[in-house]
Amino acid sequence: MFGAGGGTNSYGEVEKTDVILLWGSNARETHPIFFHHVLKGVHNGARLFAIDPRRTSSARWADSWLGLDVGTDIVVSNAVAREIIASDLHNKEFINHATIGFEEFARSVESFTLEYAERESGVPAAAIRDMAHAYAKADRAIICWTLGITEHHNAVDNVTSLINLALLTGHVGKYGSGLNPLRGQNNVQGGGDMGALPDRLPGFQHVEVDAFREKFNRKWNATVPPKRGWNLTGMFHAMETGELKSVYVIGENPLQSEADRTRTEGLLKSLEFLVVQDIYLTPTGEMADVVLPAGAGWCESEGTVTNSERRVQRVRKAKEPPLGARDDVDILFELAKRLGHDWGAPNSKDIWDELRSLSPVHAGISYDRLDTGHGLQWPCWDESHPGEMFLHSRLWEKPLNGPPVSFTPVAHDPPVEPLTPEYPLRLTTGRRLDDYNTGVQTSGFSSPLRRGETLDLSPEDAETLGIKDGEIVRVVSRRGAIEAPVRTTQSLRPGLAFMTFHFQDKVNTNILTIDETDPKAGTAEFKACAIRVERLGN
Amino acid sequence: MSESTYWFQPPPRPSKIPLPPEEPKIPPVEISIDGSKVVVPAGATILDACKKVGLDTPTICYHDTLTPVNVCRVCVVELDGSRTLVPSCSRKAETGMVIKTDSERVRHSRKMVLEFLQSSVDLSTAPQIVKQAERYGANSARYGESATPAAANERDHRHAGHHEFPPGNRAQTVAQPPKIDNDLYVRDYAKCLLCYKCVEACGTDAQNTFAIAVAGRGFDGRISTEFNNPLPDSACVYCGNCIGVCPTGALSFKSEFDMRKEGTWDESKQTKTDTICSFCGVGCTLSLHVQDNRIVKVMSPGEQEITRGNLCIKGRFGYSHVQNEPDKDARTR
Repeated sequence: MFGAGGGTNSYGEVEKTDVILLWGSNARETHPIFFHHVLKGVHNGARLFAIDPRRTSSARWADSWLGLDVGTDIVVSNAVAREIIASDLHNKEFINHATIGFEEFARSVESFTLEYAERESGVPAAAIRDMAHAYAKADRAIICWTLGITEHHNAVDNVTSLINLALLTGHVGKYGSGLNPLRGQNNVQGGGDMGALPDRLPGFQHVEVDAFREKFNRKWNATVPPKRGWNLTGMFHAMETGELKSVYVIGENPLQSEADRTRTEGLLKSLEFLVVQDIYLTPTGEMADVVLPAGAGWCESEGTVTNSERRVQRVRKAKEPPLGARDDVDILFELAKRLGHDWGAPNSKDIWDELRSLSPVHAGISYDRLDTGHGLQWPCWDESHPGEMFLHSRLWEKPLNGPPVSFTPVAHDPPVEPLTPEYPLRLTTGRRLDDYNTGVQTSGFSSPLRRGETLDLSPEDAETLGIKDGEIVRVVSRRGAIEAPVRTTQSLRPGLAFMTFHFQDKVNTNILTIDETDPKAGTAEFKACAIRVERLGN
Repeated sequence: MSESTYWFQPPPRPSKIPLPPEEPKIPPVEISIDGSKVVVPAGATILDACKKVGLDTPTICYHDTLTPVNVCRVCVVELDGSRTLVPSCSRKAETGMVIKTDSERVRHSRKMVLEFLQSSVDLSTAPQIVKQAERYGANSARYGESATPAAANERDHRHAGHHEFPPGNRAQTVAQPPKIDNDLYVRDYAKCLLCYKCVEACGTDAQNTFAIAVAGRGFDGRISTEFNNPLPDSACVYCGNCIGVCPTGALSFKSEFDMRKEGTWDESKQTKTDTICSFCGVGCTLSLHVQDNRIVKVMSPGEQEITRGNLCIKGRFGYSHVQNEPDKDARTR
């Protein structure tokens, strides 16, 4: 939408803003230190709105909790847009100055009345109206989101609908106003920035633009393929069609992290050759033809990562890896050598300097500057540049600097798997505070908070089903069944169930999840599948 | 998303560096410290001014990232026109103030504070405070031998207003056995001098969990969870941010506590390396303290704007997956 994928604000701005929309994010547990900044904002008087099917520990801090039905985010966001326009609260000056497509967008949200939105999303009309007015009237307002927005079959549309709200109100490109995806891993941002995307070279330079590719061709004395590759979902599809036969997995445990485990396992088994490079012998590694033991990136190697506020930060080697494990970069260099390309001795600073010479937004971020401070935010154009605290300030320049930004109408598209009498409960998934993803890294420490995997149910549903807290039940989706103990929690409304995917050696949550994916981004709909719960022995 | 205008071409760079709006300018203030003039920005404290002229002011309960609570009284200075000594850590500098930081009255007051603490609290893991006590000539021996330590949990049941004096000429003490009720933290309240920092870090200054507060009164005051529950039954989320600010080692990581007990804790063999936590995309700096290739303690620098010294349970404790011995084979990790 804006031409670069990154949070537009810095964390500190959250403390100085007036309205915070936390959308599909339980930052209190998944991004605890970012939430410290949110709480500073709240203590400074900001109004916090939590838009989440669950009344999470983050939502408990909110002035208002909008407990929407899973997969109705666009209903709510479009209704917010319609209410803002209907109340004449949209920022006409900004819209005229920096955007195009407003008329069409306004027409597209016309049918999203508050009444319709209440019926479709389950959120009271008054709560949506209140949020719309607060957001539009605020001097400064920030929207933050996480996987509650993106782990859907229409992930990109969900994000687009939030961007539309910022364009409508001019809450972007200013101090204390913007759009911020909170990244789930320390280098999700950096991975994309470095070109670990199917269609990008480092620095968001599109691989199908000749001028960009030629720059890299010259530097590397090689030819970069002129066509974009596959994303993860595309790769699994290509395994299915037989186009992809060999896979080299670095630091990923797809057997356990992908939706619909049964399908994933079948496809990985069908490969002719699988290489896994990881710090652990993961279940995916156990299937591999070759395993390359790696050092832990965050404490056994040198390099950089980039966080959710676009800050490039140094990771440093604090300890030696175990015998036989090697730095990821060493492994890649050695592999290149065996394939007939001697790249010399691996050195993280040299690699970074090469990146700086090719990616204009990173040009000013030198190792010297990184080592004397606490990181630098891209874009940072040269060594005297401090890095941009917030993005898109060009949209406020008069006359407008560069092309205007386009509104993009999006339609509501409910979760792929509808609720039926046979599968009447909506299962959504997420993380808990003390564990992480598939548990490879966190299962080893003794957390007093850990209760193991549970199927979280509302007290009402548990009562209807005659299930007691702690009782082990069978959870069935259209793809499979697993057993797990039940935990009742007030944070869930009737009809909604919750699980994590932290303990898959014991409870395989992804047997249940659906692999319907977004056609544009390839993200899977981890947040919405349909289940039923059966008592054992029945 | 449509492949729009700058799907293929990046947007132009802004013509100005984006900056926050300027704060209204307030004129600086000038005060006198020990006879010399010092100018500090409006809103600065007397302590800030003392730092500016190079004075080493003792502090215990003060912390850069926490709201001052003025409880330890060791940073007090003499302010002309003020009946009592004032805490320099919280008192804002005002133009015309005349401050003495090394008068007899200040020295005496600091000495008494440190002497009382030394006599009643175990400062064996608080070398900074011991140094301060030496500097001011504190001599706690003159209060006599320490009274008998309390039994486990005994102090937690003392009632406010029912304080009993110890027999004869023995020095009162907070000595008691450490509380070990989980695998991550130890609370050794024989070392607690009630600076309130842990309560502040658990409260609105950082973590906002409110698992602990000060209970009881006077010498029976103590840090307690709700109803003195063990930590696993409290609101605690094990972020370790209380440990991060504790000045005496009363709160410590179980790893450090156990190593000290075994006699294997050796700071001369430890390295400290700053890196970035891997558990989410916030980008918290971790200071890894490593001894014999094992991580023994994880902190975060307070001056770093992202964490301000704070972490969560994963960043603080989620390192067991790399705790391999150096000579162990990668396959056994």
